[in-house]
Order: sequence, then structure tokens, then C-alpha cells
Amino acid sequence: MQTKQVIEQLAAELEPIKPLRAPGARAVIWLALVGCAAAIVILSYAHRDSALARLAIPRIAIECAATGLTAIAAILAAFELSVPDRSPRWAWLPLPPLLAWLGASGLGCLRSGLLFHTHGTAIGESSHCFLFIVAVSVPLAVLLFAMLRRARPVNPIPVAAMGTLGVAASAAFLLEFFHPFDVTAIDLAMHLAAVAALILLGMALRRPLLGS
Amino acid sequence: MHAAQAGDRQAYGELLREVTPFIRALLRRHCSHRQDIEEMLQDTLLTLHRVRRTYDPRRPFTPWLGAIAARRGIDGLRRRLRVARHEISADARSYETFSEPAANDDIEALRARDEIDELLRRLPARQREALEALKLRQLSLAEAAAASGQSVAALKVNTHRALKALRALFQKES
Repeated sequence: MQTKQVIEQLAAELEPIKPLRAPGARAVIWLALVGCAAAIVILSYAHRDSALARLAIPRIAIECAATGLTAIAAILAAFELSVPDRSPRWAWLPLPPLLAWLGASGLGCLRSGLLFHTHGTAIGESSHCFLFIVAVSVPLAVLLFAMLRRARPVNPIPVAAMGTLGVAASAAFLLEFFHPFDVTAIDLAMHLAAVAALILLGMALRRPLLGS
Repeated sequence: MHAAQAGDRQAYGELLREVTPFIRALLRRHCSHRQDIEEMLQDTLLTLHRVRRTYDPRRPFTPWLGAIAARRGIDGLRRRLRVARHEISADARSYETFSEPAANDDIEALRARDEIDELLRRLPARQREALEALKLRQLSLAEAAAASGQSVAALKVNTHRALKALRALFQKES
């Protein structure tokens, strides 16, 4: 088919559409919805006293804040990258909080593993962390990708990667309130494995998920 | 583009026609093949149509369009490289590059025949006649004797010597 015919066909098929809201505004909507749901779950089911006691420890407060900031940054980056004319550098936004999250978790892991020799290296409890992150991420991802796919991203790989990092970090943030002890090396490995598995899955399924 | 988002078909058609040379110029950075550029151009127009909802009228149009064209150009280039990696053109020069050995039988046979002809030409005339008559044309001794004018005994001796000489020549060549 000639380019001229393609243009005529596209013009003939044109229907009015409503432009999407700005990516930042759409990210805020998702974060607000998920934040409300997370607040309800935390207030209803979390071990509030032990969570508050843990959050009083600076390292754990930093770990928790870094996890939440990673989620916020990755979700914002996913929405920004879903629009064609936004800078690809948005993909770097979650890196600083991600490094802080890994650093703080790593310190906790060293502290519990090397200094006090508490918690063994058995997988038992840690597998719950993996399942928790994956199970919580699924509904969050459904909502996120339903919103992201409206933009039909022209480059779906970074969008899928940022989106799945965002939902996995959100789930890990929620896990902080259901995980009333320091992470061990195995816990940390499980958290990372869950996040990595979700990112890889999101990237592999980017086309059906994002409709690109 | 703002008018196109509102459903103005005429404005949309004009816009697409106007941006076509710009997109084509951008795509030339990725590819010089004319047919591929047209494919990428059409792909860009289809993508523009699909994602027109993402255009924000408060922002400039050119970077938005340029980002779509650049992405489709990169995708087109990757597709072209992928195809080039898995396909080869079937012209005469690439014939011998087929990986299936049987595909080269014809050309190999032609080469072998040329080589044998060359070696036969280097044999003494009477030995070559004897060998051609008895081994290549597969005549009987009597028929070969009649055709070549050599006696049966001479034919046998010359055939034997020709084979020995050929064997030596083959060893020397290889």
C-alpha cells in the first residue's frame, strides 16, 4: 500500500479522542489508589506495635522510606516513559532510592547475620516473603498496566521494567509492616528474587500487558 | 494535532501529508534503503495514529513526532538486521554458501569434471585414448581396439599405465 493511501485511510478512520492526563497526574492517581488500599490493609491487619517499634530504629526507617520512594519513583518513571516525547533518563529516577533500599537491607542482613547470629539461613519463612511480594504485586500490576496501556507505549521495555519494579517495591513496602524482624541474607535474597522475577515477567509480557 | 484529537479529519490528513517529508528525513538517519524507509514511514504514521491520545497540546509537536519516528526507525533497523542474519539472497555468487551440502552437488560435479579433463589432457595421447575408450565410454576391448587402432594387448597396457599416471598426478595435485 502506498503512503498516500495510508494517510487517506487514517484520516478517514479518525474519531475524536480525549487526550490523556499528564503522566505525573496519572502516576499520582495510581499511587493515591494504592496508598489508600495499603493504608486500609496496614491499619486492619499489620502488627502495628511491632512495626512502629521497628520504624523507630533509624536504619529500618530509612529502609522503609527507601522502599516506598523506590515504588513512587518507579511508578512515576513508568508513566513518564509511556509517553513518546519524555526523556529516557526517567528510567534512572528509581536508582538512588533502590540503592538506599538495598544498602539498608544489606546492613540489616549483616547485623542480624554476622553480629548477633540470629535467624538461620533456612528458607522456611523467607519463602513467605517471596509469595507475599508476588501475590500483592499481581493486583497492583493489573491496575497499573490497565492505566499504562492506554498510552500504548512506543518503547514498552523500560515502561514494563519500571512498572513491575514499582509494583514489586510497593509490595515490599507493605511487607515491611508484616515482617517484624530484621532481614537475613536469605530474606534479602528472596526479596530481590521476587522483584527480579516480577521485572523479568513484566518485560517478557510487555506486549500483551501494554498493548504495544 | 489538537484539531485531529478533536476529530477534524481534514486537518489530520493535511498534518500527516505535511509531516511525511520530515519523518522520511529522520528515518534516513537509520536506513538508506528506499523501500525500508517507506515501510518505516508507514509504521510511524500508524503508530502516531495509535498513540495520538498521548499528545499534550501544551507541549511542542515536533519532539513528540520525532520520538515516535526515531523509535520506529530503530525497530525497523533491528527487523532489517534480524532478517539479514537469517536470510541470504539466492544469487549465483552466494550459491556455494548454502549450508546443505547436497545443494552444492551440481557445482562441485562441474568443478570435478573440469579437474579430471585437465589431468586427462596431461596424459600421453595413446594412454588417454585407451582410458577414455575402456573406462569412460565403457567400450569392450574389441570395440576399443577397432576404434583406436591399438591392439588389445596395447590397450590393456596403456589403460594400466594411464591409471597409474593419473593416480600420481592426483597425488601431486592434492
